[in-house]
Amino acid sequence: MATALATPPGNFDAERVRRDFPILQQHVNGRALVYLDNAASGQRPLAVLRAVEHYETHTHANVHRGVHTLSQAATDAFEGARERARRFLNAGSTREIVFVRGTTEGINLVAQSFGRARLGRGDEILISALEHHANIVPWQMVCEQTGCTLKVAPINRRGEIELDALLGLLSSRTRLVAVAQVSNALGTVVPVERIVQAAHSCGALVLLDGAQAVAHAPIDVRALGCDFYAFSGHKLYGPTGIGVLYGREELLQEMPPWQGGGEMIRTVSFEHTTYNDLPWKFEAGTPNISGAVGLAAAMDYLESLGLEALAAHEQRLLAQATAALERLPGIEIIGTAAHKAAVLSFTMRGCHPHDLGTVLDSQGVAIRTGHHCAMPVMTFFDVPATARASFGCYNTEADVAALVAALEKAREVFG
Amino acid sequence: MDLKDLYRDVILDHNRQPRNFGALAHSDAHAEGHNPLCGDRLTVWLRFDGDRIADIRFEGKGCAISTASASLMTEAVKGKDKAAIKELYDRIHVLLTEPHAVADASLGKLAALGGVNEFPARVKCATLCWHTLNAALERSADAVSTEE
Repeated sequence: MATALATPPGNFDAERVRRDFPILQQHVNGRALVYLDNAASGQRPLAVLRAVEHYETHTHANVHRGVHTLSQAATDAFEGARERARRFLNAGSTREIVFVRGTTEGINLVAQSFGRARLGRGDEILISALEHHANIVPWQMVCEQTGCTLKVAPINRRGEIELDALLGLLSSRTRLVAVAQVSNALGTVVPVERIVQAAHSCGALVLLDGAQAVAHAPIDVRALGCDFYAFSGHKLYGPTGIGVLYGREELLQEMPPWQGGGEMIRTVSFEHTTYNDLPWKFEAGTPNISGAVGLAAAMDYLESLGLEALAAHEQRLLAQATAALERLPGIEIIGTAAHKAAVLSFTMRGCHPHDLGTVLDSQGVAIRTGHHCAMPVMTFFDVPATARASFGCYNTEADVAALVAALEKAREVFG
Repeated sequence: MDLKDLYRDVILDHNRQPRNFGALAHSDAHAEGHNPLCGDRLTVWLRFDGDRIADIRFEGKGCAISTASASLMTEAVKGKDKAAIKELYDRIHVLLTEPHAVADASLGKLAALGGVNEFPARVKCATLCWHTLNAALERSADAVSTEE
């Protein structure tokens, strides 16, 4: 595998990419910043910062509300961003693209709108044991509200969903399957096509949590066949506070609004209110307009890098880092799935992940430590927390070397 | 940012070999502390001699700062009453959080926690054991008051 990856397809110049990110040009604790916390949040390239600045300095007004020039320009920018997101996901229509705050809000929207309207006692929602809390708690809430039941497909010691067990849990009672496309805590790439196919043959709908997938590979919701797809802008080098929920049009059409207010209505009287068309029916209140503009710029940027070449670059870094960490004494890699995204979770014997995080920070290396909002995953592997290095488009072999050197420093301190 | 100031020899020693570690048989009070953000958990057990702590032990999983802080705390509070413990905790809190705080000699080995001051994200690691001790002390006070 390592040899095959030594000559990646496409030409990917991470050093050049790095220059597009002003935040990376700084020193932290006296060392050049090595940012390896991309699974938590990516950094923003100049193209995104400039698009947001241009919007704020030339275009801003409220959307869909005025006849004046700026209001029209802001509406065009916002709806243009929606069309950009449609193309990014290869959705059939902009009516299927709902702007939300992020993945969490997208999943909550489906849970509260679809879930509360359509689920009841005897119905089941199926998730997996590797989910982020954002794909667990909203379903627990809807189960409490409607009396439906939450089922959890197990994972194995490598951190892969036990597919046979998941298929065994599918039945005519299953109304919705909600799984991550990529695990944030373990890096596991989930065979979602297979899950979508099986769920559909049982008559269940499928929601994919794409938070960790969107920045690493091209997404095609029609090829995936999923019914809902949620992701956050900041994981793909866009702003925070903006994300997208894709939903198949006929499903969104039937779903009731989940928040009421301006923008989501057509007519309001004290006797009766009629709702707006898709997708605005689900966008109550003034949206995050500049966030949407920044997200569209991030999608342009990401696609300009070439997602296939980027994926190959990240896989090469993952392979190098994995091999290097396997050579270090006392390191245990948590999450060893056959198919992984560029996420490396690990523990070091004799050094708690938080101490590791502090030592690495002192060396300028930013990683995430903790339970990664996936406490059930930590419980399964019987660890209180892990350290997690996650790679993005601007990371280089030098970053892997800095990670390894910082881990050696931690070993030196903790003996 | 000086790592050696945070991870002083005393801290590393008490992390590697925590003192008074393991459950205390026939305790008068105990409490569990949990820091859900980082997953640290510890239990503190107490035995009293009148209003003084005759014996104290702890057990748990945590980072070096949290383990060493708990270990140092058990050594420091043995034989002290509630008022003296509160006074000691107040001084520790100043040492951990006040800008430019300097440990005075009377803090003894607890002064080794002074480096945490430069690492605000780690203060809660050092204070978890003290909050847990307080909970155990309050619980023992409740138990006494219900018996009266």
